[in-house]
This record gives sequence, structure tokens and C-alpha cells, in this order.
Amino acid sequence: MDVFLQTLVAGVLKGGLYALIGAGMTLIMGVMRIINLAHGQMMMVAMYITYVCFHYWGLDPYLALFISMPALFLLGVGIQKYTLNPLLKAESLLPENQVLMTVGIGMVLTEVIRFIFTSNYLSVKTGYSDAAFFLGRISFSVALTIAFGIACAITAFLFWLLVKTDLGRSIRAVAQDEEAAALMGIHVERIRSTAMGLGAALAAAAGTLLLPVYYLYPDIGGPFTRRAFIITVLGGLGSTVGAIGGGLVLGLAEAFGATYIGMASEEMVGLIIFLAVLLFLPEGLKRLTRV
Amino acid sequence: MNVLQRILPPRLRPIALFAILSLLPAAVRSPYFLHLMILVLLWVAIGAGWNILAGYAGQVSFGAAAFFGAGAYASGLLAVKAGMSPWWGLAVGPAVAVLLAFPFGALTFPLRGAYFALATLALGEIMRHVATIWESLTEGMVGILILRTFASESPYYYMALALAAASVGCVEWIVRSRLGFYLVSIREDQDAAASIGIPTTRYKMIALSLHALLTGMAGALYMCYMGYIDPKVAFSLHDISIMAILVTIVGGVGTAYGPVLGAFVMVFLQEAFRTGGFGALDAVNKALEWRVLDWAIPYIKQAHVLAFGVLVVIVILAMPNGLLGGWARHKGRKRQAAVCSE
Repeated sequence: MDVFLQTLVAGVLKGGLYALIGAGMTLIMGVMRIINLAHGQMMMVAMYITYVCFHYWGLDPYLALFISMPALFLLGVGIQKYTLNPLLKAESLLPENQVLMTVGIGMVLTEVIRFIFTSNYLSVKTGYSDAAFFLGRISFSVALTIAFGIACAITAFLFWLLVKTDLGRSIRAVAQDEEAAALMGIHVERIRSTAMGLGAALAAAAGTLLLPVYYLYPDIGGPFTRRAFIITVLGGLGSTVGAIGGGLVLGLAEAFGATYIGMASEEMVGLIIFLAVLLFLPEGLKRLTRV
Repeated sequence: MNVLQRILPPRLRPIALFAILSLLPAAVRSPYFLHLMILVLLWVAIGAGWNILAGYAGQVSFGAAAFFGAGAYASGLLAVKAGMSPWWGLAVGPAVAVLLAFPFGALTFPLRGAYFALATLALGEIMRHVATIWESLTEGMVGILILRTFASESPYYYMALALAAASVGCVEWIVRSRLGFYLVSIREDQDAAASIGIPTTRYKMIALSLHALLTGMAGALYMCYMGYIDPKVAFSLHDISIMAILVTIVGGVGTAYGPVLGAFVMVFLQEAFRTGGFGALDAVNKALEWRVLDWAIPYIKQAHVLAFGVLVVIVILAMPNGLLGGWARHKGRKRQAAVCSE
């Protein structure tokens, strides 16, 4: 029973961070209707920014959020403005060019980082990296619990932004109907860039929050991109609530898979869930929650 | 009518290309160059297969590695586990790949667009994980090592050439056949195609089977030629699935000779970066008194994956329809301009 509860806790804590990754991806998906296959790589860049902040300036990873998130916001806006927006105008046989473009961007990000930092494993060791507290016989990692809390706060902020502000309304309007939004005087291209920037900043937050408990190397982006698209499809494309549910489901599934089947199958579990969702619940959790 | 057209009418050009390629091993003795050419020809076959599925039928798959790996592993496992000649793999590999294509298609064909792309990507990755975890069958990350039958490169070269020629011929035949028109109609508008009575799922399945057949055959030949595979090599997302897409997109999606051009460009460009301009950079460095390039060369050689990524970005931005597609459009525009001025 203890093992079960411990796994449950680990899964939920990890799921909170996955929800952050998924929310960013689903925001991009909703507005641009493309799958951003560079999402994990953006997160990786944010992790390296955090590493630099910590290693050279001694900045605590949680404070580094204030550097990594704006930095990635700018990176996302730049990517959208200079690589993805021009593609929308180009005539091509295959509309999937944009997806392929994000793959190329992901490769460029990974290799530039490898160029600067080499492939060596790096890590950020803070005082609380290995600390844990106990509730009953269940241990909670301090770093992951704080990360979970901040992730919840950021998600709440995202909801406030999307529901209450003008910018959020514009983003939702573009996601619903681009042409109608343009007719209402919304600058669609700018909203696209902003949405991409926000998505990148959310990925950055997840990366920075994960860093105290994770090790870091340039290829870490790939597995997280895969997780991000699994979460997005699981939640129903473009649904923020669904993405949060999807993040939790994936976190739990990976945790239980690792505990009861074996560490090697951690990633397989996610991919199999992904296929099962595509087959049996093609609209994802969105269909169940209707949000 | 220009001079080129009078000397070599378009109908004869493929034959001329084939003749030049088949005389190549006699003219060039360098095993290194032949090795590169074998890789080019294998990519021609894979690119042609992907082109049938994506360029004609419009189903952009990120899962070519699943079939490449299935073909390669079928061939390698026959040699290692059953003690048969790996050459049986050339028959068994494609068969296994096509058998794999049926569940693959059944799973993915109900999906469209980005969903389809993601599902194929996931299937390719699942195959890689299975090959890594199922160590009793595949030896896991240790990989499979067999001995090459021939020491020289040229027998492999001719086999790869035959495969590449057959693939391009297959595409040429499809373009002219009813099948090709069906596939293009599915690409242009699947619902409209279905509404005029084209069984879309069946024809997508045929395109996928051809894709699997050619890719699996290339995988089996790769195994026989290179003598070593592991899950990272044979099921690689970037080096197989994405490369298959790039070869076709660089050359020209939906054109019979696009993948041929694309394979040449991609393989030689990658190799040029890996080797620092085929040693030209080293030579320049030696010739210079002041060794400015000393520190730069190792970086340039390291940057071949970066160059690959930058190339993806540039190609998609500048030539969304590839070299051949862009060329045809350019000629079309010139013709249009000529007609207008008349």
C-alpha cells in the first residue's frame, strides 16, 4: 500500500509539471493548429539558461524563472515571426511543412546548445535538491513539491490571462476563427507570435522547475517533446483544461509504469497511451470534460 | 528548342542517367566514393517510397524508420539467430515490413493531418523501444553484427542501383496509372475522392505497402552492406524518418525524380560537413602560413547535425516545393511571361 501511495504522490507531482508543458503546447496548437515538435527543445534551452544563472551568478533556480521565462518568450516570438509566419503564405503541396519546420528548429536548438556546452551531463545541486519531508510514511521531495506549487500558480495565472484579459480573449478568438477575429480588428499575426511566446515561456517554467531534481544534457528535449504531444493529444487538441488532465494522467501512468512494469518501459507507457487515445477517444479528455 | 533538348530528349534522360551510374564503379575506383554512392542510392529508394505515400497520397508519415528497421532487423536476425544467409533478408525484410504496414495503416489511416503525422511518429518510436527492450530477440543496444559477404563495394553498389532504379520506375509507373490519379485525388481532397467512389482507405493502404516494401528492402540491403545495426541506427527518428522526408522535400515532393536529386544533395552535403569539405578545409589550412583555421575546423566538423537542421529550415522557407518543384514553377513562370509578352 505504501508503494502504491508513494507512486501516486510521485506521479501527481511530476504530472503537475507535465501539465505546464502540455498547457504551453496546447496553447500553440490551438492558435496555430500545428504541433510544435520543438517544444521539449525550447524547454531544454530554458534549462541551460537556468544552469548558467545558477552556475555563474549563483542565482537560485526559482529566481531564475524571471530570466528564463522572458528569454524563452522572446525566442518563441522570434521563431514564430521569422520562420513559421512566412510559411503560412508559401504555397506548398503539403501543409505539414510547418510541423517539419519545428523539427528543424528543434535540431538547430539542440545542436547550438551542444556546440556551446558539449554533450556532458550537467546538474544544478541546491540545498533542497535531495531534501524530502514525510507525511506519514510517504516521502515528498521538497524541490518537486515547491515546483508543483509554482506550476499550479502559473497555471492559475494562465487561466486568468486567457479568461479575463483582452489579450486572452484575442488569443481565444484567433483559436476559434481566424478570419472572424481579423475582421474584428485583431492583429492575427501578432497574436500568433504572442501565443507561441507564451507557450515557450510555459515550457521554460517547467524546465526551470525540473532542473533542481534533473540532470541536463542537450538531447533531453526529444523525450519531453514526445511527452508534450502525448499530453496534448490526450487532453484533446487545443483544450487547456484537457492538457492539465492529460499531464496528470501521463505523470501517473509513467510513475506506475516505472514502479510496476520496469524503468525501461517508462516512455513506452506514454506512447501506448497515446495510441490508445487516438484509437478510442480521438477527441481526448476534452470530450469527457466538454471544456 | 535548346541544344540540350536536341542532344538528349527528356525521354532518354533517365536511361542516360542509369547508364552513367552503372558505369561509375568502372570509372571511379575510390571505395569511399562508392560507399557514398551506395548510401545515395539507398536514399533514392527510401525517398521514392516516402514520396508515394506522402507526395502522391498526401499522408505525411514520420514513421519511415519503423519499416527500415523492420527490414534491417529481419535480415540481421535471419543471419544471427537462424544461421541463414543475410541475403534472404532481401526477400524476408520487405515482406516483414509490408506485414507491419497492415496494422500500421489500420491504426493510423482513420486519422488526418497532424494526428496522422504524430501517430506515425509514435509508432516509429514504439518500434525503437521494443527493439531496445526485447533483448532476447534483438540483442538490445548491443546490436547485430554480421560479416559482409563481399569485400569490395561494387556488388553492393549494383544492388543498390537496381533497387533505386526499380523504385523510381515504380513511381513513374504509378504516376501514369489509375492508381496514381487515385492517390493524387486523395491528397487533394480525401472527402471528395471518397464521394466519387474511390475506396480511400484501400488506396492509402496500397501506397503505404509500397512505401514499406521499398523502405524495408533498403533496410535489408543496408544490413547486408554495413554489417551492423542497433536500435538507435535502424529506428532513428532523425537519421531515418526525418531524413526520408528531407530527401523528398529537398528534391521535390510529388515528382518522380525529386528524391533522386534530394538524395544526392543531402548525402553529399552531410558528408561535406562531416569531413570538412572532403578534406579541402584541411588542405587550405595547410597551405596557409598562419593557421587561422586550426581552431575552426574541429567545430565545423562537429557542426554537421547543426547544418542538417539549418538546412531543414532554409529548404522549407525558401523552396517549399523542393529543387525540382521550384525549377518547374520557375520555368512555368518564364513560359507564362513569354506568352504574355507575345
